[in-house]
Amino acid sequence: MFNAILENLPYLLRGFLTNVQLAVFALGGGLFLGALVGLGRISERPWVYHPVTVYVNFLRNIPLILVIFWFYFVMPILVGRTLDPFVSAAVSFIVFEATYFGEIFRAGFQSISKDLVGAAYSTGLNYRQTAAYILVPIAFRRMLPSLITQSIITFQDTSLAYVIGLQEMVRRTTIVDSMEVRSIQLYSFVALLFFIICFVGSRISRHYEEKSRKAKVL
Amino acid sequence: MIEIKNVNKWFGDFQVLVDINEVVQRGQKVVICGPSGSGKSTLLRCINGLEPYHKGEIIVDGVSLSDPKTNLYKLREKIGMVFQRFELYPHMTVMRNIALAPMKVRKKSRKEAEKKAMELLERVGIPDKAGAYPANLSGGQQQRVAIARALAMEPACMMFDEPTSALDPEMIQEVLEVMIGLAKEGMTMLVVTHEMGFAREVADEIIFMDAGRIVERGRGEEFFKSPKSQRTKDFLAQILK
Amino acid sequence: MLAYNFDWGVLWRQPYGEWLLQGLWLTIQLGCLAWVIALSLGILFGTLRSVQFLPLKIIGTVYIEIFRNVPFLVQLFFWFYAGPMLFGQTLQFKINSISGLNYWVAVVALGLYTASRVGEHVRAGFASIGHGQYDAVLSTGMTPLQMYWHVIIPHALRLVIPPLTTEFLTIFKNSSVAMTIGVAETTFMSYKIDEQTFHGLEATTGAMAIYLVLGMTVVKLMDFIETRFRIPGLVRR
Repeated sequence: MFNAILENLPYLLRGFLTNVQLAVFALGGGLFLGALVGLGRISERPWVYHPVTVYVNFLRNIPLILVIFWFYFVMPILVGRTLDPFVSAAVSFIVFEATYFGEIFRAGFQSISKDLVGAAYSTGLNYRQTAAYILVPIAFRRMLPSLITQSIITFQDTSLAYVIGLQEMVRRTTIVDSMEVRSIQLYSFVALLFFIICFVGSRISRHYEEKSRKAKVL
Repeated sequence: MIEIKNVNKWFGDFQVLVDINEVVQRGQKVVICGPSGSGKSTLLRCINGLEPYHKGEIIVDGVSLSDPKTNLYKLREKIGMVFQRFELYPHMTVMRNIALAPMKVRKKSRKEAEKKAMELLERVGIPDKAGAYPANLSGGQQQRVAIARALAMEPACMMFDEPTSALDPEMIQEVLEVMIGLAKEGMTMLVVTHEMGFAREVADEIIFMDAGRIVERGRGEEFFKSPKSQRTKDFLAQILK
Repeated sequence: MLAYNFDWGVLWRQPYGEWLLQGLWLTIQLGCLAWVIALSLGILFGTLRSVQFLPLKIIGTVYIEIFRNVPFLVQLFFWFYAGPMLFGQTLQFKINSISGLNYWVAVVALGLYTASRVGEHVRAGFASIGHGQYDAVLSTGMTPLQMYWHVIIPHALRLVIPPLTTEFLTIFKNSSVAMTIGVAETTFMSYKIDEQTFHGLEATTGAMAIYLVLGMTVVKLMDFIETRFRIPGLVRR
């Protein structure tokens, strides 16, 4: 009964690996850019705050699929040749998810008392140093549960790269399904894989949430 | 060393500092007291540029804060500040709290910075806590680490914003002792506090602020025995009960 | 840079402009219909998830966890491709020949998925109501069922309205995924315009503008509802 899955397992799993790779890029770039976005959102300089705010509010109103398409159309024009869907997808994800990570970081930054920042400044640290050694590390630790939750969402979102033909798991499942027509098994399988990763991830997030609630260390 | 000339500051419509004038010489210890909301903390924060002021001028060691070319970061190296709620970096050990600025701002090597940090920890009496995290320390210990952290940059002047107000009574003394030690070594100090015992022992000048103004200033015992203004008398009566 | 002739006229030239607007209409339909399902099921399962009675709690938890942890695209494909097969050989063909099947599958799938998210918010709402409330109500002699219906659920709902407005916004965004099974909503239309004219950049930019306007309208609408139902003195942002 599960022959369709077993015979195509390597093919499907390599597709799943693509999802994972895409997620790794999306998370790495998204977290980094997100920290910058968060800093921009609490900035007192209007020429930083306003563009970043527009960027965040703009992207949060638009479906990710559309962003993926948009970059798919835009990137060849900018770069001068057609691109690997993976690269186009990775850029879309980084730009998109950074807005969500940015808002999480922003909440984290705002939870840090002004006096703590003042203490850092009064030892002579400049803005860049204070942001790098104090603001970002503390916000990151405080917001870890939310960051993990958002990372899980990002991982789920990698399935949407389907629409530009990326050979990730969902696309490969539809390809196998068109040959074997064992839809129930195949789609249950891909659902199960995602479920396991996301469920485990949300448990980890819950664990950190409990830990920080009890410890109140940070 | 610090000159404050006609400084005024507003938060929106509310005037929080009114015509403040003061000169602090090197080696002087100035205590500022007054009811909450009188602008004492704000004044301290204006001196090291954490808060801007609107009228007047503050000059630190010859450098004016009103000058747009002034590098505030360099200026803050000269003035150390200790806060009411200690404000230690919770994600770093005590050692790293103290050594961070010397390493990143003065570009000292880790060895050098940590050696100095240990000396400072000895000086404030808790060398054994070097590897601990702030959350594992008592309030008094945290505040002493905060003092060590400020001293690590070898400032010419130290400012204290109600350093003992957030401490349990048993721990106030250990912090005051460190501060008295600093005073005896000749450090220039600006202290906002309600601890009048400390003021009596250490202060060259005591300033009473109310509603953003300096209401009265006096030297030592004279201030406590014969305050001139009624407001000062009322305040002292409350505090010294 | 690749040479590219921008042709923004695509957006209002017939029939393309009309396509986008038709797509918008479908986006609105999808979102609203699915929202009805999402709200009702979400409140149901969110409440089940929060009660003390274990069997109900398990049902609520299982539903929410399954539908939350699988990407919506996968869920959609499951219902669309594998769904009909669940009904056996004969019914399967009948189902697949229903016209507009993809539309209805999209509505139901979107509703089921969003219900799990609504359920999570409802659960969080219940969790933030202190134990005291429960004790106070029970001590007046109400049965648990009465307590939930008359006191706890209305209280939790009002706490939960801000995150729900975000979910309502999200449902319109997620409706775009339905394009993958051929539902002619906004994103689908912009892609279709690209197929015909090769001016996908302009088309997708136009679609972005449509979603922006839709989003701002929804936010205004939700703000209005929020202010009408806000609990005075409770700052819940």
